[in-house]
Amino acid sequence: MRKIKAIKITQAVMELVKRANFYLRSDVLSALRRAYKIEDNRRGKKIIKAILDNAAIARKNNLAICQDTGMPVVFVQVGRDVRINGDLKAAINKGIEGGYKKYYLRSSIIRDPLLRGKPEFSPCIIHIDIVRGDKIKITLLPKGFGCENKSQLKMFKPTADIEEVKKFIIDAVKSAGPDACPPYFIGVGIGGTADYAGIIAKQVLLTKVTKQNSRLEEVLLRQINKSGIGPMGLGGKTTALAVKIQKYPTHIAGLPVSVNISCHALRSGQVVL
Amino acid sequence: MKNINTLKAGQEIFLSGTIYTARDQAHKRLVGAIKAGKRLPFELKGAIIYYCGPTQTPKGKVIGSCGPTTSSRMDEFTPLLLRRGLRGMIGKGGRSRAVKDAIKKYKGVYFVTYAGCGALLSKYVLRAQTIAYSDLGPEAILKLEVKDFPLIVAIDANGRSIYG
Repeated sequence: MRKIKAIKITQAVMELVKRANFYLRSDVLSALRRAYKIEDNRRGKKIIKAILDNAAIARKNNLAICQDTGMPVVFVQVGRDVRINGDLKAAINKGIEGGYKKYYLRSSIIRDPLLRGKPEFSPCIIHIDIVRGDKIKITLLPKGFGCENKSQLKMFKPTADIEEVKKFIIDAVKSAGPDACPPYFIGVGIGGTADYAGIIAKQVLLTKVTKQNSRLEEVLLRQINKSGIGPMGLGGKTTALAVKIQKYPTHIAGLPVSVNISCHALRSGQVVL
Repeated sequence: MKNINTLKAGQEIFLSGTIYTARDQAHKRLVGAIKAGKRLPFELKGAIIYYCGPTQTPKGKVIGSCGPTTSSRMDEFTPLLLRRGLRGMIGKGGRSRAVKDAIKKYKGVYFVTYAGCGALLSKYVLRAQTIAYSDLGPEAILKLEVKDFPLIVAIDANGRSIYG
């Protein structure tokens, strides 16, 4: 049994906080650079240029890519042959809090959603999975709420046509319109339950965005980019940079579809201990 | 902002001067104060509000990352502020019909700026000072001095909008 001290987890999370918020993912950068090349709307191109400049300034000056440093979402895969000395969730939250303070990020978390009050740095959202092996894999996705607010869930009938599902996904993007910082990355969770579809819709945003994995993803991306919303909603063919779909088995009575929209500043970081 | 009425939707300008940050909770308080007949923490007449909640200010810097937040969440509060003299707003995304009408009626202007580019925009802020609601943390009202802050006119004083 391999032993890992909770403090190691805290330290690793602090480092992830820095990496995810200051350094834009290389696949996201590639997608943006490609879009810059092919966008022919003058203003759209200029906006993509500003987004790329912003990423460079953030990296160089240790500044947050976006002031909305998100609700931190942490996915943890714990190997079954690891023993953690200490409390895993507490260690993660300590790392989030420590990192957000140390790197001058924003306190955006409200302890009581109804009473509101002064924003704090934690708690974050934690999803834990037990896997084979003796390692711990930690992934941090700071999710901005401008785009989280535009995410949608629909419980379709099991007899629904695939065209209805496609329309729901495209309409979700259209209803986000110019508000949630397009060009977007669209995470789609299909199947499972109402809650699980939402989790996989977000989790799939962690996979490489430069590669479309199915014909359905390609078709949806093409149709979304025909909407003409464009960067910042001011026109152009770059409304989304990728559509990523994750499916999971579901019940005979249903077909949950969850759309998780990410702004162009799709940020995440991963470490293996 | 003397020549605000001549600005046209779609035009790109660079703003130098004073702006005030205010987002969700600050708007709720401002409107609450107006309705209760209380004094506001800054002179609303002629003012420009920036929908922004920056990160903490790193050591040695004027401000942290400071891009715009989604404007439509402020829609329900905006017409009253315009009626009380608010001149301009800076944010991202579309506005409601009621806001558009109020902008036209009270001769205001709504700008958008580079969304999701808070690090870039911090370069145009010369000074930042918290002037009210510091208990709201990042949602406090800051007085910002900006220079050449890049803006796009999204809704002009005639009610024309770039979003159609």
